[in-house]
Amino acid sequence: MEIIVASAVGVLTAGGVYLLLRLRTFPVILGLALLSYAVNVFLFASGRLAIDQSPILSKYGEASYTDPLPQALVLTAIVISFGMTAVLVMIGLASYLEADTDRIDLDDTREGEDA
Amino acid sequence: MSAGGHFLFLIALLPFVGALLPGLMIRAGRTVCAWTAAVPTALALVMLLILAPAVLRGEVITAEIEWLPQLGLSASFFLDGLGLLFACMITGVGLLITLYARFYLSGDDPMGQFYTYLLLFQGAMLGIVISDNILLLLIFWELTSLSSFLLIGYWKHLPEGRQGARMALAVTGAGGLAMIGGMLILGSIAGSYNLTDILQAGDAIRASEMYLPALILILLGAFTKSAQFPFHFWLPHAMAAPTPVSAYLHSATMVKAGVFLMARMWPVLAGTDAWFYIVATTGLVTMVLGALIALFKDDLKALLAFSTVSHLGLLTMLLGFGTEAAAVAAVFHIINHLTFKAALFMTAGIVDHETHTRDIKRLGGLRHLMPVTFVIGTIAALSMAGIPLLNGFISKEMMLEEASHTVWAGSPYAVPVLATLGALLSVAYSLRFVFHVFMGPVRDDYPHKPHDPPFGMWAAPALLATLVVVIGVAPFLAEGIVTAAANAVTGADLHPHLYIWHGVTPALFMSIIAVAGGAVLLLMHRPLDAAWIKAPRPEAKAIFDRLIAGAVALSRSVTEGAHNGAISRYLAIFTVASVTLGYIAYRGSGLSAPTRELLVVPPVIAVGWVMLIVATVAVVTMHHNRFRALVLIGIIGLSISAGFVYLSAPDLALTQISVETVTIMLLLLALHFLPKETPKESPIGLKLRDGVIALAAGAGVGGLAWAFLRRDIETISGYHIANSYEGGGGTNVVNVILVDFRGYDTYGEIIVLGIAGFLIYALMHALLDGPAARRLKNMDYSQDRSRDRHPLMMVVVTRVLMPIAIVVGAYIFLRGHNQPGGGFVAGLVVAIALLMQYMASGFAWTQERKRIEYHTMIGLGVVIAGLTGVGAWFAGQPFLTSAYTYVHLPPIEEFELATAMLFDLGVFLTVLGAVMLMLYSLSRIARFAGETVNEGPMDYDPGANVAEETATEGR
Repeated sequence: MEIIVASAVGVLTAGGVYLLLRLRTFPVILGLALLSYAVNVFLFASGRLAIDQSPILSKYGEASYTDPLPQALVLTAIVISFGMTAVLVMIGLASYLEADTDRIDLDDTREGEDA
Repeated sequence: MSAGGHFLFLIALLPFVGALLPGLMIRAGRTVCAWTAAVPTALALVMLLILAPAVLRGEVITAEIEWLPQLGLSASFFLDGLGLLFACMITGVGLLITLYARFYLSGDDPMGQFYTYLLLFQGAMLGIVISDNILLLLIFWELTSLSSFLLIGYWKHLPEGRQGARMALAVTGAGGLAMIGGMLILGSIAGSYNLTDILQAGDAIRASEMYLPALILILLGAFTKSAQFPFHFWLPHAMAAPTPVSAYLHSATMVKAGVFLMARMWPVLAGTDAWFYIVATTGLVTMVLGALIALFKDDLKALLAFSTVSHLGLLTMLLGFGTEAAAVAAVFHIINHLTFKAALFMTAGIVDHETHTRDIKRLGGLRHLMPVTFVIGTIAALSMAGIPLLNGFISKEMMLEEASHTVWAGSPYAVPVLATLGALLSVAYSLRFVFHVFMGPVRDDYPHKPHDPPFGMWAAPALLATLVVVIGVAPFLAEGIVTAAANAVTGADLHPHLYIWHGVTPALFMSIIAVAGGAVLLLMHRPLDAAWIKAPRPEAKAIFDRLIAGAVALSRSVTEGAHNGAISRYLAIFTVASVTLGYIAYRGSGLSAPTRELLVVPPVIAVGWVMLIVATVAVVTMHHNRFRALVLIGIIGLSISAGFVYLSAPDLALTQISVETVTIMLLLLALHFLPKETPKESPIGLKLRDGVIALAAGAGVGGLAWAFLRRDIETISGYHIANSYEGGGGTNVVNVILVDFRGYDTYGEIIVLGIAGFLIYALMHALLDGPAARRLKNMDYSQDRSRDRHPLMMVVVTRVLMPIAIVVGAYIFLRGHNQPGGGFVAGLVVAIALLMQYMASGFAWTQERKRIEYHTMIGLGVVIAGLTGVGAWFAGQPFLTSAYTYVHLPPIEEFELATAMLFDLGVFLTVLGAVMLMLYSLSRIARFAGETVNEGPMDYDPGANVAEETATEGR
């Protein structure tokens, strides 16, 4: 199971980083989304993996639980990363509408090539 | 805190508080403004005078408030003889400058600003001289650099003013940085940042191997501030400041700060060979060089500036000698230099003000036209030259006396000869100030017909000139303060006596040589001047400018290399750097053996993993088709949610799946306006490079995850699990952590989310007011548009679903404390329910039925969460402590009420409001882009159509 999670994190990171390095806003946003998944799963996994041990206290006596702290941190991280994506989307949109190009390097010399 | 200690806080605070007033009071007139600037200064001076008798008796007044004890930083002040001397000089001259500037500044100058800067500067200087904590001292030290920058650049319209201010800031600021390093070393050797402790630890510090680095760093700070060679060049350029500023900075304050620091650190740092050779030599060189340049300056203020450099060199040299008698001489000369130099600067200012020139070659004969100014200027200048019966004479004799028996590197002549040469040059330029400005025939080509200024303008220099004479005739009057200050510097119990007549000593002969030689030099000034102008010499400003240009070019090439305007460049740099650092750390420490058993992989999970990997690879390879990429992103998100379910994280699964939904909606909305395809434009080389970087990053992060997943750790979560029910009243530990254990974090996070919502709203408005609005209006979206935007099935289903979704949301919210759910998830679920209405029935239709603004919702959420936290205060608990109880209402089962739920309600409202505001803002743009408003819930009325068709058939 561990290798599955670790490899998923690795692949998501690689994909996210590759897309982050693209030259248009939309792939960058997608890359950020992938990277957010990777980071969230990574943080979650820092509590180690556990199956059938939800951090819900049992009414029926002693039971073992998974680490709840990373889960709480990741929960807010998921919501915040949505907020961050939204801001980025809005900025990307605004720059596209203002500049008429969605390139990420608004260089004077390069803009001409697009137009 | 000793008696009178509270005065120290007031003295330190008054100028800063007072600095707020002149800027406002200028509306009441210039005189009122000057008064408001004078009052805090005068009050501080009065308080100092109240404390003075005790200090003169040898007491030390202290005051301390703990500030950041963990850092060793406390707001502690102390006043000893040295501090008192400097503080009185700063406030006393400050008062005189305030008066002088009232008459000096013209009606066009913003006087309020001037006094505000002046008081800021004064406060910073006072802080330096009464700080007991060296960290606090450093703060004030930097403040003087900053406030003097404002003062020097006060005439913003003059390029020299701006350049001079920049240069002063660069030089003194750089020195300040060095000094921070030195002070920190000093503090770590002494084990305390309090000066009083450090002053006790002199032996330990001098014996430490870090002594030399600390000494050099601290001296760099002192030398740059006090304009010692080779850092002397900033001071003459700071002359572009208005004359009151020059008079203040160069006599009593700024440049004396370095001297003060050397005096303050004297018991700790002085007495070693390193100290003697660095400090005394620098001082000696500066003294001679400054005096030499001063002699050939035609600008009155430049002459005085270089003479200041020279006298600072003299003081530095005296402190560098490291003997107690030299320290006494230094302290006494500090007072004398203050009196004559401030008077001279003000005289120069008066001459400039009256004749409209400061060029000595255009002046002369002013004694007939400006007799009062002449008398003041002559007394002060003769004191600077060291003529008997004036105070400059006495301290110069003491300096020469000390110099006469100082041996430098085995030579008994080097120091006395050079000191005499310095004194000689000093006589020459002082006499030049008198003879070339005031003596000689009256000229008829002054740029402006001069006459004596009003009383207010010459009152201050006259008072100083009086002091020059009084101390010169009756030096024993100054013995009290000199003794107190010298004892504070040396830490010894000295009883120096100041006499006019020292008897026939070597110093007397040196003095006679100096005066005679100086007079001769002045007589030969014309040919010497011609030779000086012809002689090639290094221009400090040009060297400085080249240095700065080089530094700028270097920084620019680094900056532009890293930031070429494309985010991909610096993200790549960042990624490579992080991976490299991670790799280095891994290589450095290695890994322990794995301790955990691996879990088995069931087939379903393996299938999910394959889906996730395939989808990720597909996003990367097919991202050019943006819609397809979005669908794939959705698959990834769902796979991860499923993974969370399997790995015992139900809360995360719920959150992930609902966030996934809104994210996709958001991206879809954005894609409406963006191009639908990403052009294939990256060259293969770039793709390859990015691919390698991405694979390295992926391998690094994946490897890290793999490494720690197989090893156990100590966690603090046992506490959370054990106390979740007893302390927080909930069985869902994740939710209890969110709303209780780590409630403060959550509070911060919902605020961030709310701000993100407002940010998007604001961006949307800015966008619609800008040029983008025109582009939006002209966009043609007819190709994208469905003919049936609001299909019947969708409208009906979403409306039926609405109440159900709300109930589900409420359920998830209410059970959140004990079962998976809570404010975050509930907020997202309700947001999705509302978004469905927007999508199905149209923006306008839904907007009409909205009762509460989303902004209000965010605000309300944050306020409710905050108030819940504040509520704990009333129960005498810290912020956000929760309380709970069980309630039994007959028809319902017993249930729990916790304040944490109220907090969760705040979370719920903020999340809902923020998500809605974000998507609402994006759809608002669509309305602007010409999307029509639907009259009813559906664009397409089936009833109307049927009626129409029947009508057609009937025909």
